[in-house]
Amino acid sequence: MSKNFSRPTDDPLWLKALLGAITVGFIGILLLLPLVLVFKEAFAEGVGPFLHAVTEPDTLASVRLSLIAAAIAVPLNSLFGVAAAWCIAKFDFPGKTFLVTLIDLPFSVSPVVSGLIYVLVFGMQGWLGKYLVGHDIHVLFALPGIVLATIFVTFPFVARELIPLMQDQGRDEEEAAATLGASGLGTFLRITLPNIKWGLLYSVLLCNARALGEFGAVSVVSGHIRGVTNTMPLHVELLYNNYDYVGAFAVSALLAMLALITLALKSLLEWRYADELAAVHRL
Amino acid sequence: MSAIGLKIPLPGSRHVLPGFSLSLGFTLFYLTGIVLIPLLALIIRPFELGWDGFWTAISTPRVLASLRLSFGMSALAALVDSVFGFIVAWVLVRYRFPGRGVLDAVIDLPFALPTAVAGIALSTLYAPNGWLGSLLVPYGIRLAYTPWGVLVAMVFIGLPFSVRTLEPVLGEIGHEVEEAAATLGATRVQTITKVVIPMLMPALLTGAAMAFARGVGEYGSIIFIAGNIPMVSEIAPLLIVTKLEQFDYAGAAAIGVVMLAASFIMLLALNGLQAWSASRR
Repeated sequence: MSKNFSRPTDDPLWLKALLGAITVGFIGILLLLPLVLVFKEAFAEGVGPFLHAVTEPDTLASVRLSLIAAAIAVPLNSLFGVAAAWCIAKFDFPGKTFLVTLIDLPFSVSPVVSGLIYVLVFGMQGWLGKYLVGHDIHVLFALPGIVLATIFVTFPFVARELIPLMQDQGRDEEEAAATLGASGLGTFLRITLPNIKWGLLYSVLLCNARALGEFGAVSVVSGHIRGVTNTMPLHVELLYNNYDYVGAFAVSALLAMLALITLALKSLLEWRYADELAAVHRL
Repeated sequence: MSAIGLKIPLPGSRHVLPGFSLSLGFTLFYLTGIVLIPLLALIIRPFELGWDGFWTAISTPRVLASLRLSFGMSALAALVDSVFGFIVAWVLVRYRFPGRGVLDAVIDLPFALPTAVAGIALSTLYAPNGWLGSLLVPYGIRLAYTPWGVLVAMVFIGLPFSVRTLEPVLGEIGHEVEEAAATLGATRVQTITKVVIPMLMPALLTGAAMAFARGVGEYGSIIFIAGNIPMVSEIAPLLIVTKLEQFDYAGAAAIGVVMLAASFIMLLALNGLQAWSASRR
């Protein structure tokens, strides 16, 4: 097609400029400005106060707690995701659609409700409250509660990525291996796992980002004990409410860095391994 | 597309692959323990006092005001996100310009950025002495610490939903359909309003429903900017937290049940929308 012909469906230049300006302006003001502000406020008084804020003992304790909670929740949800995707994608059984809907459910539940449900099970007035107090077991306002809430909010990440991916890939390769006498574990490790590795990595990445950043659900079950049960996002809230803005934004900057690294890796995986991710990410 | 799905069941083919009972067993066990039993604890809690108890807990003016704010503002936020999401998706899919890839990646920022970080950043930005808030003061507009602050935060967290559901559908429509409309004598405006937007409708509604559902339940990014004045700018999730802090478990659970019911309805609506858009392919 000659350059002199413009397609009838091409937008005129003025419209392109207008819509482009709206897009850049909207994304710039709504999304980028808050991000810029986080880093600016974190370094508002220079590098020294920033470093002081992020190496303060209570901050380090919150980093440690967030990492521990994610280190428990993410592998468990990954194991669950692989198991759920295996039975849903490779087998036929009644009620499959309903099961997929139930697995998706935690994504549509408010974070606060996600925390509340564990308070109603493990809290003082909850189902197990009396028993737990009698046996001196601490679930709420302690690590187990924080881990449970984190597991709940990140529950569907791996499963909902792997189910469509493994459904697309079908079961021919695994069936061939099984027919030729490969063991179940061998089939999984040599056929299935290599096929889903990038999808698995992709979903673990997003699951991990959410696990480290969860606020509402963890806030309800944590008890907000400074230096003990405060995760990084909860520590941000505490510092902010105590008017320690440099501290709050310094910890925020760490979390924002994590978000940026996650986004960069996510884009890289979508660009480099698009064929090996679930079809929804392919443009 | 669905022709591939036609299978001839071989006798016993279900059991060629191993691990069905193990994987399904673990899936059901984990799902029941982590999700279903705790949700059951929530659902039956407010009814320990009967329907009357549930109704009394829900119908106080403060609870009703918070529900109205959460649902009303997220509906408005979903509308704003749909309008701007359409423009953003159009520009990102149709136009080629330097920096497009970065702009596209940035759309996911509200997914990746922890909500507490977004919350304090938005609050500082839109406060009367903040970068944006101070620009609005001369016009007598206040966003932070008013119900409009709730809207700002909800628009922020909802945007990726509408953009991300519109992008693939917009890419699929392609120029051919629009060229056909143009060849048949439709003006550009007619093509957009009579051809493109109806084709995008399922995706537009899906994105709006997802943004709405997320906005209704959102907590972290809202509480810092909202000011949290009871009856004015107090969202329902915050009221749950407040009631828990006062050890009013039944009251908190009652609001939780209303929000859970809304989640269920949205989930059903989304499944219906998906079936609708699949039937139109």
